Order: sequence, then structure tokens, then C-alpha cells
Amino acid sequence: MSEIEDLEIQLLLEALYQRYHYDFRHYARASIKRRLTQARSQLGFSSVSAMQDRVLHDPAMLPRLLGFLTVQVSEMFRDPSYFRALREKVVPHLRTYPSLKVWIAGCSSGEEVYSLAILFREEGLYDRTIFYATDINPEALAAAEAGVYALDRIRKFTENHQKSGGKSSLSDYYTAAYDRAAFDKSLRNRVVFSDHSLVTDAVFAEMHLISCRNVMIYFDRPLQDRAIGLFRESLTRKGFLGLGSKESLRFSAHAAAFSEFAAAEKIYQRREP
Amino acid sequence: MSGVRLIVIGASAGAVQALLALLPALPPGFSLPVLVVVHVPPDRDNVLAPLLQAKCRLTVKEAEDKEPLVGGVIYFAPSDYHLLVEADGTLALSTDEPVNYSRPSIDVLFESAADAYGEGLVGVIMTGANHDGAAGLKAVLEAGGRAIVQDRAEAYATAMPDAALEACPTASTMTLDAIASYLSSLGTA
Repeated sequence: MSEIEDLEIQLLLEALYQRYHYDFRHYARASIKRRLTQARSQLGFSSVSAMQDRVLHDPAMLPRLLGFLTVQVSEMFRDPSYFRALREKVVPHLRTYPSLKVWIAGCSSGEEVYSLAILFREEGLYDRTIFYATDINPEALAAAEAGVYALDRIRKFTENHQKSGGKSSLSDYYTAAYDRAAFDKSLRNRVVFSDHSLVTDAVFAEMHLISCRNVMIYFDRPLQDRAIGLFRESLTRKGFLGLGSKESLRFSAHAAAFSEFAAAEKIYQRREP
Repeated sequence: MSGVRLIVIGASAGAVQALLALLPALPPGFSLPVLVVVHVPPDRDNVLAPLLQAKCRLTVKEAEDKEPLVGGVIYFAPSDYHLLVEADGTLALSTDEPVNYSRPSIDVLFESAADAYGEGLVGVIMTGANHDGAAGLKAVLEAGGRAIVQDRAEAYATAMPDAALEACPTASTMTLDAIASYLSSLGTA
């Protein structure tokens, strides 16, 4: 039973790749299986094969399935100590550059993009920075670009922002209307939102800081290595890489190319080649 | 040979006292990996692993992403992450949405472990005030594994063992002492 389902999942992932060039074949299997089981039951299919049949013949099914496969739940300033370390330890290095490039890889619905934009504004670096916010899910990118969040999430965002060493009030940056908070356009006029896959796409610019948190936990080991290799090539000499609080480069083939810059906050620095 | 290759444990309200009674009883030389999900508030740093390490004869640590399971080591799910097991015997973390209002969720661990380990799995549900773990324990049984529920008479909170028993009427009910000696016998066989 379980073996048949494993086979069905493998075939579905292959179908998604061949038909639509979305490549989940090297995603960590336990989570993918959980998400696909959820999709199957919530979309009302009797089997994963039935779902595959539909998505192959009906492109309108693709975004719904992608919604399950790429769902990411984040918050602004999630893990405040990470943002505090960026502010206190990384920013002094970034100040020495006349212009900066920052990549938020796997930005999902944009919470981290706005967090970094606010942090860079508070530190006086925003106007010399270009932010690249990338994801594979077009709906998530559209949500990120819109920058509108449910009002009941703002209290947590505000608390996190304060803990991160925020120098202003989060309410300076959004307008609340009804049950939503819309973040200010001026926080995204230097953000390029773009479709980019860590699985299949290549280096596109030279970065000073890359933040990719809780994205690679969904990858298997070889795919993690590919993504980290991409970051390594993208980073400028002594550029910074920030990961999620439970991620590390320890098991990676590229470990030697980085040094631990803020170990507890999982911020790494690219060694000089 | 018992055929058991992995033990998974889930607990919530009252978990610390129950784990302090259970885990230190596992003897040196215990050969199986043990995975533990305890509901803790997302903002709290995980203090459980260091706390239990001070009392246990086995190694106790917080689970890391992609870490290979090692026998005789007790792994705790980090707060605010789900913990899953892959079929190749490595651990995986996820930030998927909470299940049963919980992250980590016992169901998520148990279901992935049932899938990966089948009849080589023992699932233990202990004290707790919600029903997380009931569906997971059912998955353990359906995959051919063994299910144990802490005796409600000594559980600090009974909702979790009650829900688990309702979902799995054939599960064995045991006191903490009995669970400790049963697990010990499996791990030293």
C-alpha cells in the first residue's frame, strides 16, 4: 500500500517536471509526501495517480497543487536574534560598500523581504541596496509584492521587530484598513521580485548578503549542496549567508568555503578564495 | 530479536515529570534511537534536552536537519519545527503549519516514522491535554508497529492518552515503570 503510494508520488513529481518544469524530485521525501497526502485529500482525489492525471491534462490544477507543495509559513523578523545579529554584526561590514545587493532566496509571501527592507532603512543602507526576492511560486511572489498581511499577525510582527533591536515603530511602515495591514510601497521600490529556482536556475548577480532560511530543510542532501554551491558562487568575496536557526553547513560539501560568522544565529561568511 | 528499530514518544502537559521518570531508566548500552516530541511554546529555547541529559545515561540532544539516526541516542524535536524521519534513517525538520495547533506535532513525527519504519517502530503516547498523537499512533499500528499508551490513572493530563486509546483500542496500556522496562528490554535484546 505504502509502496504503491511512494511509486505514485515519484511518478507525479516526474510528471510535474516533464510537463511544467517544476522540479520537486529532490525535495526531502517525508515532507513532500505529507503535503501531497494533504493535497490529495483536500482536493478530493481518490489517489495520487488520479491527481497526476488531472494536473497533466488541466493546467489550471497546477497552481492549486503548487500551493500545497510550496506552502511556507513565516513571520516578519522570525527569530529576532537573527535580525539582531545582522544589525549588530553584519551591517558594520556592509556599510563599507558604496552599493549593496541582497538576495532573499525562497521569499514566499515576503515577510522576510519587508523585515530586511525595514532593517536596512533603519540602518541607513536602504537607498544604496538592491534586494532580489525570489521564489518558484508565482502566487507567493504576487503576495510578496503586494505586501498585505492579516492584521491579527501584526502584533507578533511588532513584538519580533522590537526584539530584533528595531529603531523605529513597525506601525510607521504600514497602513491598517479593515482586517489587513498594507506595507508601504517605499519599502519595495528597490526590490526586484523574480521567479527563480534553486533547483534548476543559475547565478544571476553578485551578492553581499544572501538570506535563505528554512527553505533548504525541504531539500535532500544533493539538492542542498547544489543550492549552497549556487550561493557560494553568487557571494562576493567575504559576503554573508544567513540560514534558518536549525540549519547548518556542517553536512555540506561546501562547508570549507565558508566560515562561521555568527554561529548561534547561523550567519556564515564566504572565505576568500 | 524484537525487530524493533526505532522508538517514538509524544507528550504534552506533564511531559517533563513523565520523561524524567522514563528516560533516565533506559540503561547504558541501549541500542535503539529514541525520538521525542513534546509541545513547548514556540518562543522558548529548548531546555528539555539539556535538562534530560543531566539525568540520563544515554546521549540526549536536539534533532538537527539531515542528521543520521544513531542507536542509543535520544533526540528531541526543536521548538517551532516539526520533526520527521526519512526512509533512509535520517531526520528532517519542517516549518509547515502547525498540526493540531502544535509545532512540533506528535502526529507528524509518528506518521512519518510509521511510513519509514513500519513494523520496526514502537510508538508511545503519554500525558497531555489535547488529542495530538492519536492519529499518529493509529498510523503506527496500521503500518504494523506497536502502540503503547500511558495508564491514564497516573497521567498528569488524561486527554491525550484517552484520545490515543479511542483511536487505537488495541494499544497496550502501561504505567511509566512498565514502559521503562519494556523499552529497556527491546533496546538491550
